[in-house]
Amino acid sequence: MLGLAADRLRADMNRLLAFLFHQGILDEQFLQLQQLQDESSPNFVSEVVNIYFHESEKLLRSLRSLLMDREFSDYNRMGIHLNQFMGSSSSIGANRIRNVCVAFRAASEQNNRAGCLRALEVLEHEYCFLKNKLHELFQIQQQRVLAAGVRYPMQN
Amino acid sequence: MGLKLKQSYHHSAVAVKVNEQMGTKRGYTFIQSNRAWLPKFLLLWVMVMAFLSTWIYKKMDADNKVRRKEVLSTMCEQRARMLQDQFSVSVNHVHALAILVSTFHYYKDSSAIDQETFAEYTARTAFERPLLSGVAYAERVRHSEREKFERQHGWTIKTMKREPSPIRDEYAPVIFSQETVSYIESLDMMSGEEDRENILRARATGKAVLTSPFRLLGSHHLGVVLTFPVYKSKLPPNPTVEERIEATAGYLGGAFDVESLVENLLGQLAGNQAILVNVYDITNSSDHLIMYGNQNQEGDLALLHESKLDFGDPFRKHQMICRYHQKAPTSWTALTTAFLFFVICLLVGYILYGAAIHIVKVEDDFHEMQELMVRAEAADVAKSQFLATVSHEIRTPMNGILGMLALLLDTDLSSTQRDYAQTAQACGKALIALINEVLDRAKIEAGKLELENVPFDLRSILDDVLSLFSEKSRKKGLELAVFVSDKVPEMVMGDPGRFRQIITNLVGNSVKFTERGHILVKVHVAENPKPIDDAKAETCLNGGLDEGALISGGRQFNTLSGYEAADEQNSWDSFQHLVTAEALQNDASVRMTDADEAFQSVTLMVSVEDTGIGIPLIAQDRVFMPFMQADSSTSRNYGGTGIGLSITKCLVELMGGHISFISRPQVGSTFSFTTAFGRCKKASLSDTKKSNAEDLPSGFRGLKAIVVDGKPVRAAVTRYHLKRLGMLVEVANNVKIAASACGKNGSSYGSKIQPDIVLVEKDSWLSGEDGSLSLRMLDCKQNGFKLPKMILLATNITNAELEGAKAAGFADTTIMKPLRASMVAACLQQVLGTGKKRQPGKGILNGSSVLGSLLCGKKILVVDDNMVNRRVAAGALKKFGAAVECAESGKTALKLLQLPHSFDACFMDIQMPEMDGFEATRRIRMMESQANEQMNGGADEGSGRKDEWHLPILAMTADVIHATYEECLKCGMDGYVSKPFEEENLYQAVAKFFKTKPISDS
Repeated sequence: MLGLAADRLRADMNRLLAFLFHQGILDEQFLQLQQLQDESSPNFVSEVVNIYFHESEKLLRSLRSLLMDREFSDYNRMGIHLNQFMGSSSSIGANRIRNVCVAFRAASEQNNRAGCLRALEVLEHEYCFLKNKLHELFQIQQQRVLAAGVRYPMQN
Repeated sequence: MGLKLKQSYHHSAVAVKVNEQMGTKRGYTFIQSNRAWLPKFLLLWVMVMAFLSTWIYKKMDADNKVRRKEVLSTMCEQRARMLQDQFSVSVNHVHALAILVSTFHYYKDSSAIDQETFAEYTARTAFERPLLSGVAYAERVRHSEREKFERQHGWTIKTMKREPSPIRDEYAPVIFSQETVSYIESLDMMSGEEDRENILRARATGKAVLTSPFRLLGSHHLGVVLTFPVYKSKLPPNPTVEERIEATAGYLGGAFDVESLVENLLGQLAGNQAILVNVYDITNSSDHLIMYGNQNQEGDLALLHESKLDFGDPFRKHQMICRYHQKAPTSWTALTTAFLFFVICLLVGYILYGAAIHIVKVEDDFHEMQELMVRAEAADVAKSQFLATVSHEIRTPMNGILGMLALLLDTDLSSTQRDYAQTAQACGKALIALINEVLDRAKIEAGKLELENVPFDLRSILDDVLSLFSEKSRKKGLELAVFVSDKVPEMVMGDPGRFRQIITNLVGNSVKFTERGHILVKVHVAENPKPIDDAKAETCLNGGLDEGALISGGRQFNTLSGYEAADEQNSWDSFQHLVTAEALQNDASVRMTDADEAFQSVTLMVSVEDTGIGIPLIAQDRVFMPFMQADSSTSRNYGGTGIGLSITKCLVELMGGHISFISRPQVGSTFSFTTAFGRCKKASLSDTKKSNAEDLPSGFRGLKAIVVDGKPVRAAVTRYHLKRLGMLVEVANNVKIAASACGKNGSSYGSKIQPDIVLVEKDSWLSGEDGSLSLRMLDCKQNGFKLPKMILLATNITNAELEGAKAAGFADTTIMKPLRASMVAACLQQVLGTGKKRQPGKGILNGSSVLGSLLCGKKILVVDDNMVNRRVAAGALKKFGAAVECAESGKTALKLLQLPHSFDACFMDIQMPEMDGFEATRRIRMMESQANEQMNGGADEGSGRKDEWHLPILAMTADVIHATYEECLKCGMDGYVSKPFEEENLYQAVAKFFKTKPISDS
C-alpha cells in the first residue's frame, strides 16, 4: 500500500514538474538545482527556494512602492531591483519570471510607467503562481519523504 | 542585464561615432557650401557675358561709324573744294571778260566790240568757263536814252517775257551775247526779279554777285546767274556806292547751270555712286534753297556732312551736304565677333557650371556613401550584437530541450523511443554547435574577435584535439596521429583556443570525410623550405627504384597508413628528410635555439593530411566560402553546414597566416596552413608551464625503447611521442631486427642499446612470425637478460586478437592509438610499475568526478549580492567537495581576502551594487602585487609557499558576449563561468587552475 502511495506521489511530482517545464515556468536550471541536493544537504532545494521567496517578496514590495510613488522617477533603482530579481530567478530556473523581468526592465529603461505597472502586475501574478506550484511540489516531496521514512525502517 | 547594458552602451557608442564622422566630414569645399548659388552664378555669368559682348559689338560698330563719317567728310570736302575752285576760276574769267568789255567797248572811241566779235571771242574762250552755260553783256540804258538806244540798235527793249518793255527808270538790255545764249539778246535784264536784284547789288558793290538759284531760261535747269558790273570811267580809289552806280556802264552776266555743272564735276570723281550730294543756297537761313540734288530726302538720313562753299559772293552763302546713298550696312564682323565671344563665354560658363555641379554631386555621393558606410558598420555591429543575443536566447531553450532529453533518456524507454530521443539530442547538440559557429563567424566578420596572446603548449593542445576525435577515428578504424617537429618551440605565444578551433575544424572535417586510411597532423617550422626541395630532387632521382612493395594488388605508399595521400610532399621521402635533418641539427640545437631566440616570432607550418574522399575539382575553388559544400549531397551524407572551413580561413588569416589545400578526389586532401606565433621568453616560460601546460611525468627519462614498425612515418610518430617523455628510441623495421637487437646486445647488429621497452605495431606483429618472436624472447630470458616490456600498439583490436597478443607475449599492455604523450605515459607507468598511481586521466573518468577531484578540499570564496545565487553557487561547489565561504558584497570579499588568506579561488559576480566585480578584482590584484613586491624585497628566494600571491578569480556572469570576457581579463580575472552554473562550463574554467595540482601533490 505504502509503496503504491510512494509511486503515486512520484508520478504526481513528475507530472507537476513536467507541467511546469512544459509551460516554461521552470527551466533546466531547476533540475541542476535538484541535482545539487544530496544526503549532505537534503533540504537544499526547498532552502534555496525559500530564500528566493523571501527575497522576491521584498523585491516585489519595494518595486510596488517605487511605482506607487506619485512623483516617481527612480528608474535606476528599479533596474537594480529587477536585476536582482532576474539573477535569482535564473538561478533557481524560474524561467517565466525571468522573462517577465526582462520585459519589465525594458519598460523601465524606456521610462514607460504604464508598461512598468502592467509588467509588475504580470510579475506578481506569475510569482504567486510559481509560489503555489512550488509549494505544491514541496508538499508532495515532503509526503514522499514521509512515506520513505515510514518504509525505510520496515526495510531495515 | 549585462547584455542589455552592453547593447545600449554600444548603440550610443555607434551613434557618437556617427556624429563624429559627420562632424569631421562636414568640411565642405567652397563649391559645396555655395551650392544653392550655382545656378545664380551661371545666370550672372551669362548676363555679364551678354553685356560684355554687346559692349564689344557697340564699340566695333562705333568705330565703323566714325570711319564712315570720316570717309564721308573727306569726300564731301573734296567735292566742295573742287566745286569752289572751278567756280572761282569761272568767276575770274567772267571778271576778265567784264574788264575786256569795259576796255574795248567803252574806252575805245569807237567800240572795238560788236556782237560778232563778242560772240566769237566768248565762244573761243568758252573752255575757260566750263561752268557757265553762256555769258552776255547788258548795257545800262536810262529811260531818257531809250529811244536813242532803240534807234541805234534797231530793236526795242523787251522784257523777259519777250514783250516790249514798259517804261522804267532804267533798262539793261543785252547787247552782246555768246551764241549759246543768243536768245536773250535785246531782253531787259532788269525785268527779271533775280537779275534786277543782282544788277543793283553788283553795281553797288563792284564785285561779282550771284542770284539765288532759279530755273534758267531755255534749259530749265537750276542755275544761278553771275553778274559783274562794267564801269565806263575809271573809278576813284575807294569809290562810294553812288560813284559806282553813276559810273556803271553795263553788266556782264553769266548763267551757271549748277545742276549739270555739279553733275560733270562729280562724274570725274571716284565714289560718286556711294554718296549723295546736295548743294544749297543758305542765304536765307530759314529757307534753304536747293541748287543741286534731289529735293526728296533719300539715302542715309542719319549721317550727313556739311561743307561750306564760298563762291566769292559775300552776300550769298552756300553749302554742300553729303550723305551716303545707302544706310550704313550692318557690321557683320562686329556682330559675329560679339556673338562668337558670347557663345564661347556661354560654353565656358556652362562647362564650369557642369563641373561644379559634378563636384557637388560627387561630394554628395561621397557623403552619402560615408553615411551609408557608417550605417553599414553600425548595422554590422548591431548584427553581431543581435546574433550574440539571439544565440544566447536560443541556447537557453536549447539547453532546456537537451536537459529534458537527457532526463528522458534516463527513464525507461523502448528502444525505438530511445533511438528517437537520442536522435533528437544529437540534433540539438548539432544545432548548438551550429549556433556557436555562426556566432563565431559573425564575430570575425564584425572584427570583434580579438586574439589572445598567451603562452601555451602546442603539443598538448594537439594531443587534446586528438583525444577528442580518438573515439570516432577508432570506430572508423582510422589511424590518427600527430607529429610535431623538434624545432617547434615547446611554448609559443598565441591564442590556444583559436588554434585548437582551427585544428579541431580541420581534423573534424578529415574524420568526417575519411573512411579508411589515416589522418596525420604535422607541425614544423616553415622557415626552412630547402631540405624539402632537396628531398624532392632525391625522390625524382629515385623515382624508378621506389621501395613501395605491392601488397594485395595495390601499391603501398609510404604514408602513415600506407594509403596514398594527396600531397606527396608529406610522404615519407620528405618526412624522413625532415626527421634526419632534425637529428643532424640536434647537436647544434643549443646554438640554434640561442640564435632562434633572436627572432620574436616563429612561423609554423601545420598540415592535416587525410585519405578521405577528397574534394571534387569543381568545388575546390569555393571550399572556403561560407555555407558552400562540395555539393548538396555532401550535407545529406555527412552533415555539417559548410561554415567551418570559412571560419578556419578567417581565423588563420587573423593569426597572420594563410591556408591552402591540395586535394585529389578519392585520394584525399591535405590542408596546410601557416601561423605566426610569438616566442616565449625564457623567464615566463617556467612559470606558465606549471600552471598552463599539462605536465608530463619525468620518470621515463633515459629509458630505452625499440619501436617495431614497418612504416617509417608511423614509427616516426611513435618515436616523437616517446621522445617527448624523454626516452631514447630506436626504430626497427620488423620484429626480427628488434629481437636480435635485444638478443645480441653490443654485437655486430648495430643497435647498442639494451631496451627497456619494445613497442610493436599490430601490423608488424601480425605480419611477422610470432613464433620466432616468442622464441627469441625466451632466449633472452634464458640468457639472463632483463626482459624488455612488450607493448602492442593498435588502432583497433578485436578481442580475439587481444587474446592472441597476450599469448604471443604482449602480456604487459596494449596501447590504443591515437597516441598521446600523457596517455602513453600513463600506460607505461602502469606497465613499469614505477609506483605512481594511475593519474585520473580525463578520458577515462567522467567530468563530474574529475571536477570533484579538482575541487575537493579547495577553499572557495563566492561573492554575490544575490542571496539566491550565492546559495546556489555555494551548493554547486559544495557538491564537488569544495569548502565554500560567501560574501555578499565586494567590500566583504576584500576584507576576507586580506593577505594572508587561505582561499584557493574566488568566484566573483560582476554586477553588484557599490563595488562591482571588476573593481573588487582590481583591488584584490593591487593588494596582491603590493604583497608580492614586499615579499620579493624581503626574501629573494621564494619561501616554502607559492612564490607569488595570485588568487584565481573567476567571473560569474549571465552574459556570453566575448567583450565582457575581455573586460574580465583586463581587470585581472582569470576566467569566467556562466551563470547559472553548468557542470561542463565550471569544469573548463576550473580545470585551468587546478589541473596540475593533484599530480604535483602526489
